[in-house]
Amino acid sequence: MGKQHYQINVNGEAKDVLAEPRELLIHTLREQLELTGPHIGCETSHCGACTVDIDGKSVKSCTVFTAQVAGKDITTIEGLGSPDGMHVLQEKFREHHGLQCGYCTPGMITRAHRLLQENPSPTEEEVRFGMAGNLCRCTGYQNIVKSILAAAAEMNAAKEAAE
Amino acid sequence: MSDGIGARVKRKEDKRFITGKGKYTDDIRTENQAYAAFVRCPVAHAKINGINADAALAMEGVIAIHTGPEMKEDGIGDMITGWAITSKDGSPMNCGVWNPMVTTYGRYVGDAIAIVVAETQAQARAAAEAVELDYEELPATVFTGDALNDGAAQVHENVPGNMIYDWEIGDEAKANAGLANAHHVTELEMVNNRLSPNPMEPRSAVAIYDEAEDHYTLYTTSQNPHVARLVLSAFYNVAPEHKLRVIAPDVGGGFGSKIYIYPEEITCLWASMKTGRSVKWTSDRTEAFLTDAHGRDHVTKATMGFDADGRIVAFKTDTIANIGAYVSLFATVTPTYLHGTLLSGCYDMPAIYGNVKAVHTNTAPVDAYRGAGRPEATYTIERMMETAAREMGMDPAELRRKNFINEFPYQTEVILQYDSGDYHKLLDMAQKEADVAGFEARKAEAASRGKLRGIGYSTFVEACGLAPSAAVGSLGSAVGLWESAEVRVNPVGTIEILTGSHSHGQSHQTTFAQLAADRFGVPIDNVQVIHGDTDKVQFGMGTYGSRSGPVGMSAIMKALDKVEAKAKKIAAHTLEASEDDLVIENGEVKVAGTDKKMAWHEIGLAAYIAHNLPEGMEPGLKETAFFDPVNFSFPSGALICEVEVDPDTGVTEIVKFTAVDDFGTIINPMVVEGQVHGGVTQGIGQAMLEGVVHDESGQLLTASYMDYAMPRADDVPSYTLDHNSTPSPLNPLGIKGCGEAGAIGSPPAVINAITDAIGNNDLDMPATPSKVWAALQAVKPAMAAE
Amino acid sequence: MYDTNYHKPSSVADAVSALSGAEDGKVLAGGQTLLPTMKQHLAAPSDLVDIRAIPGMVGVDDDGDALTIGAATTHAEVAADPTVNAKLPGLAKLAGGIGDPAVRHMGTIGGSVANNDPAADYPAAVLGLGATVITSKREIAADDFFEGMFTTALEDDEIITAIRFPLASKAAYAKFPNPASRYAMAGVFVAESGGSVRVAVTGAGADGVFRHEGMENALSGQFSESALDYTDVDAGDMLSDLHGDGAYRANLVKVMAKRAVAKAG
Repeated sequence: MGKQHYQINVNGEAKDVLAEPRELLIHTLREQLELTGPHIGCETSHCGACTVDIDGKSVKSCTVFTAQVAGKDITTIEGLGSPDGMHVLQEKFREHHGLQCGYCTPGMITRAHRLLQENPSPTEEEVRFGMAGNLCRCTGYQNIVKSILAAAAEMNAAKEAAE
Repeated sequence: MSDGIGARVKRKEDKRFITGKGKYTDDIRTENQAYAAFVRCPVAHAKINGINADAALAMEGVIAIHTGPEMKEDGIGDMITGWAITSKDGSPMNCGVWNPMVTTYGRYVGDAIAIVVAETQAQARAAAEAVELDYEELPATVFTGDALNDGAAQVHENVPGNMIYDWEIGDEAKANAGLANAHHVTELEMVNNRLSPNPMEPRSAVAIYDEAEDHYTLYTTSQNPHVARLVLSAFYNVAPEHKLRVIAPDVGGGFGSKIYIYPEEITCLWASMKTGRSVKWTSDRTEAFLTDAHGRDHVTKATMGFDADGRIVAFKTDTIANIGAYVSLFATVTPTYLHGTLLSGCYDMPAIYGNVKAVHTNTAPVDAYRGAGRPEATYTIERMMETAAREMGMDPAELRRKNFINEFPYQTEVILQYDSGDYHKLLDMAQKEADVAGFEARKAEAASRGKLRGIGYSTFVEACGLAPSAAVGSLGSAVGLWESAEVRVNPVGTIEILTGSHSHGQSHQTTFAQLAADRFGVPIDNVQVIHGDTDKVQFGMGTYGSRSGPVGMSAIMKALDKVEAKAKKIAAHTLEASEDDLVIENGEVKVAGTDKKMAWHEIGLAAYIAHNLPEGMEPGLKETAFFDPVNFSFPSGALICEVEVDPDTGVTEIVKFTAVDDFGTIINPMVVEGQVHGGVTQGIGQAMLEGVVHDESGQLLTASYMDYAMPRADDVPSYTLDHNSTPSPLNPLGIKGCGEAGAIGSPPAVINAITDAIGNNDLDMPATPSKVWAALQAVKPAMAAE
Repeated sequence: MYDTNYHKPSSVADAVSALSGAEDGKVLAGGQTLLPTMKQHLAAPSDLVDIRAIPGMVGVDDDGDALTIGAATTHAEVAADPTVNAKLPGLAKLAGGIGDPAVRHMGTIGGSVANNDPAADYPAAVLGLGATVITSKREIAADDFFEGMFTTALEDDEIITAIRFPLASKAAYAKFPNPASRYAMAGVFVAESGGSVRVAVTGAGADGVFRHEGMENALSGQFSESALDYTDVDAGDMLSDLHGDGAYRANLVKVMAKRAVAKAG
């Protein structure tokens, strides 16, 4: 069948990519679109370093073919915020030292972002359960959990203030 | 100074990581990029007769396939080890030859046999699978305890009985005499489980050969790029040092596994020259499980004698350490000088003897992993203390207090001299934080819910800040373990710190900058830390053994001293004052008691404009320093773990974990706490979840996250941390190092708590639910009879 | 390099014809098992037939006696579905405990059942509730569908389109996850309907999901945890591996069965 054209929307931009049907989304993102925020940490869908958002759901981009996501909206860490305009989660990860080597961080923040959409006021236990698909070897998770809870509090306060 | 020593400064490196802009080795793509994959030995031991690469070479995109014998022919050297150990009979160690790619024998599953270079990674991997191997399977020795048995398969012809060395430390006669006269003797056999380090970033290398310049560049996932360059040039003959640039860009964790220079990096450099292409290789997770150096893997028999008061009279250990199929870079020193020298723990022991037999097996190389040797010693000692307390009917905390070292410096019976500490205070603080007083009530409440609650201690000391060069040289090290720093003040007053340490999560970009901010009162944003590139930074030794603080930062302090001295000379000259009257505050050099001053950037400018410098002074403001420590530093800690075990399933929940540490001076408490969180979690992983398992033929059963259990967010609790600092008198900052403490101290605290809960001390790590349940079944009749 | 064709049919008939026309075709639903298998080069299908665009493959239909769930419905959708939560909460909870959040967002009920991984959760619910597997060709009773690990009654060109779960008066699932993979080391689905009880066990059996007759009889007599006290799980029938031996798994089956009974109330 060879390479095919697929239209995907990545971080709000329509992209035309050329991929084998067997090309994994993570490879399209990293190699074709040069979005190297999502990382590869395993082959078995356990580590979550490649987590992206597809149509409002957390998905491991190493376990989905680019062909499967044609026409869909994909958000990577690069679409969540930038060094000049950081998302509150990004700010909180920095404030609470929620990262060390940084390798798991893009997947971690992308997943945390979706978790807070699913459950805007999680308990510590719910955060730990909701983040169980993302491995971190450096932080022992404590400051990741703290960062997410802090972001939830700030996002909720902002929402209340707006209402 | 808000950005100075002791401040919780937010990390300078974070912005790029949290926005997905970090630059790791696999993110690097060069012109002319080709990709490599390796053909690997499919069995634990085999004679490789050859390969048939015809079909693979014909596949789409395949550029070249090369083998070990070709490499050998090109003069690429064999893998080396960095530390020679002498056996107790005075003979040098025996170790097998390690070719970067197999020339004749494959000795573990994953041993590299051939490299395939292709246009894409997928093509390279597919072609590697299509290479046909002609091999003859040989009997294998797999398990640590079997390696020395009569008739065990020989891993290397030149290592009789698979024994690499039979090493000893301490005084055997004295220890035997102490045990013979002891009032109580505790004996225990323990396994320190084999672990896979698992940094989240797999190893990767991009090798670029520039034919016109006859020059090589290697991007690689390294904790010590300068050492990599030295070894690649001086020993592996890839290229002379000045023709080889090694860059370790952002590195996603190491934990020891990225200290070593592996066959893949060497082979990619060589393949780049052979093919004229830039060659990139990135490990997948299964390759990482197969080929990243594993950690620990000791089997130890320990004996400890006490007098009638509970004071230790003698301690003896007998250990078999599995080194794997080949001797990796620091594999030999880990079970000896990083393990045996810590056998006194934080206790005053009058007689100690340790024996370590290091063995080859047909498994991946085993080398230093977070803690390296010290977790093995700590696990042995701390399980012995808890076991002895139970046997003697003593409170485990009291038994420890009775034996704590109280005066410093303290000379142990096993070489080391401890610098400073207050072990009683750490334990007092930990007991208070952990509310030990309330434990019995909590235990009763848990019992009412059908749960078994237990509490376990670990009080430990460890040796960080590797290490005085002359001392390690006399013990067999091939290298010195100093560190280097260069501090450059630019004409505008901004500062660059170039360090031989390497940050792969340790936050150096921030904490190292804090030193300069503190010294000169400049904003931390005006300080840049540069590391990880042999073309930019002077030779350095890299990051491992919790040495970046005590050694790396000490080198920076020395360089800052020199910069400060010169800056003061310039200021004194300009301000027509005496150097002795100058103080540095808030980015200004002031003459005390006057309003005469120079801003920091004015000094920088004066140094480079050089119109008005003191007589004979060279222009510029840039200084280099090398710091060679006079001793190790000795962080210590008291950890208390409280668990609840579900007797129906054997599931253990850590309900509270308290860690009170003494790291000496703390530069950034936020960063230090993060290091403890991560270290403790790795220790809990070792104690409860993680273990490398092979089958009898040597196949790795835990080759993916399907079977190797990593701690996840919902496996661990939030920890309670505190500190009490007794600064080390041996380095300019009083710093002791914090990177490994959590991983060193925590495993015995967890196991002591579980064995307390279940009433059975016969339990090895990892204490998985199935093992805990089985241990409970073993004591059930006894419990029922009570 | 082998070549792979990707099909995205809009009808079951087209999907079947794509599948039957392929040399080595595989149905692609969420891909959470198939992709890792392909990545580890344990499968190299010539054709992938993505069934998620076929109308009617996603969603829950309630006819009063049974819930029919489209084969391409994800675990997350089942876990969050109000009808499933109201009528078969045990099934919703099972779906909400599979893998991790990202896996639940992609993985589908049809994929899980068709694959029949011996440690997957859904087969226990299908067998425990006595569900019917609806395919492109026929309807297959759960008792006839599972034929040992990774083996089912499905033919090569047969596609699961939906699963029909009869409602039960009591139903719950208790799972003991493997510490590494989080698949079931023992998962027990217990369901009572019209006085008869079904007990299905996944994760533990040496040959995949199975029903435990002893427990079914004991619970049919009295639906209580203590009714299970004197039932026996044969350790010899259990899987034994590095995560736990047969004796441990046999114990887990009993403990999980009790927990499921307690949850089912």
